[in-house]
Amino acid sequence: MNKVMSAEEVAGSLESGMTVGIGGWGSRRKPMALVRAILRSPVTDLTVVTYGGPDVGLLCAAGKVQRLVTAFVTMDSIPLEPHFRRARESGAIELTEYDEGMFMFGLYAAAHRLPFLPTPVGLGSDVMRVNPELKTVRSPYEDGRELVAVPALTMDVALVHMNRADARGNAQYLGPDPYMDDLFAKAADRTYVSCERVVDTGEFAKEGPVQSLLISRSQVAGVVETPNGAHFTDCAPDFGRDEAFQKHYARSAADPEKWAVFRERFLSGDEAAYQDAVRVWREEA
Amino acid sequence: MGDVTRAEVCAAACADLFRDDGEIVAAAVAGVVPMLGSRLARATFAPELLTTDGGPSLSAEPVPLGASAAVAEGWLPFRDHLWLVLNGRRHVVMGPSQIDAHGNTNISCVGDWERPSRQLLGVRGGPGNTLLNPTSYWVPKHSTRVFTAKVDMVSGVGWDRGAHEIRAVVSNLAVLDFATPGKRMRLRSVHPGVRVDDVVAATGFELVVPANVPETRLPDGEELRIMRELLDPKGLREREVPS
Repeated sequence: MNKVMSAEEVAGSLESGMTVGIGGWGSRRKPMALVRAILRSPVTDLTVVTYGGPDVGLLCAAGKVQRLVTAFVTMDSIPLEPHFRRARESGAIELTEYDEGMFMFGLYAAAHRLPFLPTPVGLGSDVMRVNPELKTVRSPYEDGRELVAVPALTMDVALVHMNRADARGNAQYLGPDPYMDDLFAKAADRTYVSCERVVDTGEFAKEGPVQSLLISRSQVAGVVETPNGAHFTDCAPDFGRDEAFQKHYARSAADPEKWAVFRERFLSGDEAAYQDAVRVWREEA
Repeated sequence: MGDVTRAEVCAAACADLFRDDGEIVAAAVAGVVPMLGSRLARATFAPELLTTDGGPSLSAEPVPLGASAAVAEGWLPFRDHLWLVLNGRRHVVMGPSQIDAHGNTNISCVGDWERPSRQLLGVRGGPGNTLLNPTSYWVPKHSTRVFTAKVDMVSGVGWDRGAHEIRAVVSNLAVLDFATPGKRMRLRSVHPGVRVDDVVAATGFELVVPANVPETRLPDGEELRIMRELLDPKGLREREVPS
């Protein structure tokens, strides 16, 4: 059982118009190498489901996003994402905007093949106004409480980045937070895991406790080994966020001319070329 | 000790937000000053409070700003934080881009939601926080742009839209609460050196102003020592609230 494949093969398996879930959170453990592979592919009109970060920004900048489903887009140490802002302010993308907890319930529902999960969250807020398709349900018990029926966030494909994986598709996180990556993996018809290092199954126990084995191979269609593949987002404990590069990204993204230079320098070649260009940039800085 | 700075007055006011909260998580996500305030409360009058190190660790002791927990007493990854919102043992301090007289707030976007003139963060956890947990706000620059008659997108619900409890708003000028019959925003105190008129002029709706508005309390010597020597020796608070 060997599910190892390339980032190009993952991107090549996507079709325009698909719904794609992306793991991580903000600018943390994002499958950036897989996102960069999508940037190089012809796929377009994606519905992207994610706790958004620079993954969303890059996909917006490349015109790949038709609709975004999210609770926020942020780069954490830099609160606002310039490409996402431009996409919204120019009307280039459609948006489904949920509360963070509602979004999580949508993931839990999809991961467990439920049509919805009930939560009070959303009531009273303009989330209900801007999502007129959201319906409420009433508790059948004595409390009779009105709750929002958050629909399942089903997705065709999910992309997540983990610290370690084996060739079978089992995957391990070693940082302080699993984010929602196991839920994304279960919610999608097909999940691809990129990882810092492919290890033998027997090596997992040396890397972390059994509880760190977050994703089972039964949920995984393919594994991509892509060292530094979450760059420039945080991927603790393998590496932290590249704050200097993220700043450079944000500054470039805020100005079309600077963005053209950034794109040419970092995004015009394959992943190896990206990693080389980043290395050279860091040496210059 | 030297003169007390505005940032130190604000941090003590933020600490006071957590008075009598008991053994709950202080989720001070709005910036340096409320984070300092929550840890100051824990280090002084509210030792039962739970605080984080800014990451998913609940720290065994209140840690200095920017430091990670030397000893963790608990683990609160994002998913558990979101479940804790429903559980309710949590008091959050958020930073609004807009806030109205009833405490409705906006961090999502400015202008028409369909095509905003300024896209901001998105609603984040605002709808859940405000509906289910005690919520306070921190505004480092009190202005009519922030304190506005109508927010463009209600990301945090106010008293008139079913909020659990909007406790108070601490700004660089004043402390404001909703202790009025109609739960409208009221001027509770002005910081030393600030006039009531300054606050009224910087607020884009009619504030309830009592006949006598007291001054916000000064942090005492022990609080100043803890802030300056232990929790924020680099003075990050002063960058957020220039004196």
